[in-house]
Amino acid sequence: MKRREFILKGVSAGLVTGTSLSIGGLTGLASVLPAQSTYDLVAVRDGEPDVMFDRAIASLGGMAKYVKKGQKVVVKPNIGWDVSPERAGNTNPKLVGRIIRHCFDAGASEVYVFDNTCDAWKLCYKNSGIEKAVKDAGGKIVPGNTENYYQTVQIPKGKRLKEARVHELILNSDVFINVPVLKHHSSASISLAMKNLMGVVWDRRYWHRNDLHQCIADFVTWRKPTLNVIDGYRVMLRNGPRGVSEADVVLMKQLIVSADIVAADAAATMVFGSKPEDIPHIRIANDMKLGTMDLTRLNINRIKI
Amino acid sequence: MRSVAWPRKARIALSLVFLIFTGVIFLDPARWIPVTWINVITWPQFAPSFLKFLVTGIWAASGFLLFVILTVLFGRIYCSTVCPLGTLQDIISRIRRRILRQKPLRYARPQNMLRYIILIIVIISIIAGSALLVNFLDPYSNFGRIMANLFRPVVLTANNTLAGILEKQDIFWLPRTPWKSYQLASLGFAAAFLILVTWMSAVSGRLYCNTVCPVGALLSLFSRISLFRISLDKQLCNSCGQCSKVCKAQCIDVKSREVDYSRCVACFNCITACPSSGVVYGIAKFRINNGKKKFEAAENGHRRTLLKALMVGTAFLSTKTFATRLTGGEKPTSIPEERSQVSSPPGSEGHDHFNKNCTACHLCVSACPTHVLQPSFLEYGVQGLMQPYMDYHSGFCNFECTVCGDICPTGAILPLAGEHKKRVQLGVAVFIKENCVVYTDETDCGACSEHCPTKAVDMVPYKDGLTIPEVNDKICIGCGACEYACPTRPFRAIFVEGNQLHIMADEPQQEEIILEDTGEDFPF
Repeated sequence: MKRREFILKGVSAGLVTGTSLSIGGLTGLASVLPAQSTYDLVAVRDGEPDVMFDRAIASLGGMAKYVKKGQKVVVKPNIGWDVSPERAGNTNPKLVGRIIRHCFDAGASEVYVFDNTCDAWKLCYKNSGIEKAVKDAGGKIVPGNTENYYQTVQIPKGKRLKEARVHELILNSDVFINVPVLKHHSSASISLAMKNLMGVVWDRRYWHRNDLHQCIADFVTWRKPTLNVIDGYRVMLRNGPRGVSEADVVLMKQLIVSADIVAADAAATMVFGSKPEDIPHIRIANDMKLGTMDLTRLNINRIKI
Repeated sequence: MRSVAWPRKARIALSLVFLIFTGVIFLDPARWIPVTWINVITWPQFAPSFLKFLVTGIWAASGFLLFVILTVLFGRIYCSTVCPLGTLQDIISRIRRRILRQKPLRYARPQNMLRYIILIIVIISIIAGSALLVNFLDPYSNFGRIMANLFRPVVLTANNTLAGILEKQDIFWLPRTPWKSYQLASLGFAAAFLILVTWMSAVSGRLYCNTVCPVGALLSLFSRISLFRISLDKQLCNSCGQCSKVCKAQCIDVKSREVDYSRCVACFNCITACPSSGVVYGIAKFRINNGKKKFEAAENGHRRTLLKALMVGTAFLSTKTFATRLTGGEKPTSIPEERSQVSSPPGSEGHDHFNKNCTACHLCVSACPTHVLQPSFLEYGVQGLMQPYMDYHSGFCNFECTVCGDICPTGAILPLAGEHKKRVQLGVAVFIKENCVVYTDETDCGACSEHCPTKAVDMVPYKDGLTIPEVNDKICIGCGACEYACPTRPFRAIFVEGNQLHIMADEPQQEEIILEDTGEDFPF
């Protein structure tokens, strides 16, 4: 109990420091950058995953806007499946590697990467190419395979999900970058940024058992990621979230970046070819005011490479 | 004259190498040891390689044959160096005699009747198609079970504790590995067996090897005629009895200065112990009376009860209680999963082949990355006692993984090529709609379909925009991902009905995706 309180306080303290620092950082950046960035969301297309991220983060004001010197960053890609990058079941390793480099360039002290995988975790880490990408970029790949890594948190604003066991990295890091891959999903219709957060908790079965879509939205009331980067480079259009073969995958070369998790999911849903209001958890999150799915109200930067 | 120590030292060094390597493949907490190494390490193990040779007919799999030849040449060096259970017993025996300073060993008469009857019964049982007796008596398999069921939890606990300490220092290279194999039947058997051999070796050295062990009994037939052998030099030996006191096999009769070669495990303790260089290891002199010594028919007596004691281990009941924790006031499901049979591992061809050839060493249980392979109790019936089965409440078979077949030392699980393995059907998923969340709660779930690698479990329209699982048993491979992922308790809404005989599933049909060009760069 004491430990949990300490960690929770640690996180909120970290967030406060982050905010105060970011104001100082922004004023510093404004003089450097040619135009002041006020975009709510950036959509990039037709580039390689790393190049698209370079463009997106630059247009948002650089990674320094989100990561301050000495901060600990956790990057949470989707590493759920023991499949190769071509199968697009997991986040693109090139994208993950580039995000980590940007974090270090911004002065991050450590960048951690993990997922609570579905298939055998070591095989997922290896065959997704993400373990290597993380190591090459200087980050730390961390297991999420046993319950010991997870600590109970209360979710007072949740309607169905009142508590969850969350990976300690989420609790201990200053910055949380959520990097899902855009894909079809048999349970949640589409797997996106909010759905990707199921990989930071231990007991996913509870969510499935107790109104999946409501639980997905409920968890966002507890913590929103600092930044959401949705990988739409290769997109699994059917048989998700695992996919059966490469025939399920098309090359779309898209990337969506936003601090608003609901907006990011809404934009990615439209890229996928669906309507955000048709995806129950996006609709619920919008109604719970966790973000907006109405993209007309947002300042969007559209970049075609 | 000085005693010769090097043969004994070499034997000890070799035996420790085999013991450590064989132990480590069962204890490896994070699967660091590559598959090829595991195969090299298990290759010389007698009973597994014998069974593998019977199954595959491949000469390369015949490690046992090398040791038959080596036994004919040099005596039972398999027993003194390669057999991990033999070395384990030596250590126990040494602890009792050296550290606890108990009384030394002395010559004992052979229990030929007992050991050869056991050997004959074991051979008959193998011919009759049962691996049960080998399973119970084989030293390698028993050693494996002791490691996998008793020592592995200790190693994993230490590993996980160390991992926790390292994590505090922000070091994550050592992962935690959960312990899931707590099946009481095999745990109890391994414990009972360990107690038995501990007692036997503490009291009488290599008693197990020379009364019960079928491998020891078989090799004794060859060591009787071995070319190189121990003998007492009639001139130099003064019958002081030092050799007899250190003879683990209790096979040196100093009164008659005769050595029972059938029981001698070529440990060379006697050579080192002899103060007068009277113990010689060399090419047997052709003496007519040597071969037909007067080994009295064994009095079976109380030692037969040892076998009974061994069987007691099987009486342990398996208390496999599945996690039935209920959460959040949800309604418990009411319809039990009525599984008529479990699935055997991929590559095992079906229950029949598997039950006939598996000696339940639990190497695959230790190596399985998802912990789906668990020791059975009576899931296969008595003939498959302790043999691993696919426990879909513990894990599910990773689609791309072929480890169990790659390392199985007996050929009970044959290696499968990756693409072939992905179509081998171990069983078929059965959906119980009345237990399903979509039916009971009218909310989305789809955990089963999410995990399905072939989309044999697909979500089809149900009502009000909901989708519900549907099983295509043609492409289902019975990996159990659906059953493992299903969140309903106490009974799941989907389970795998095992196939008695594995068959090939159809390949999932995939149509090409054609994307329409919307003519716009961004849809928003």
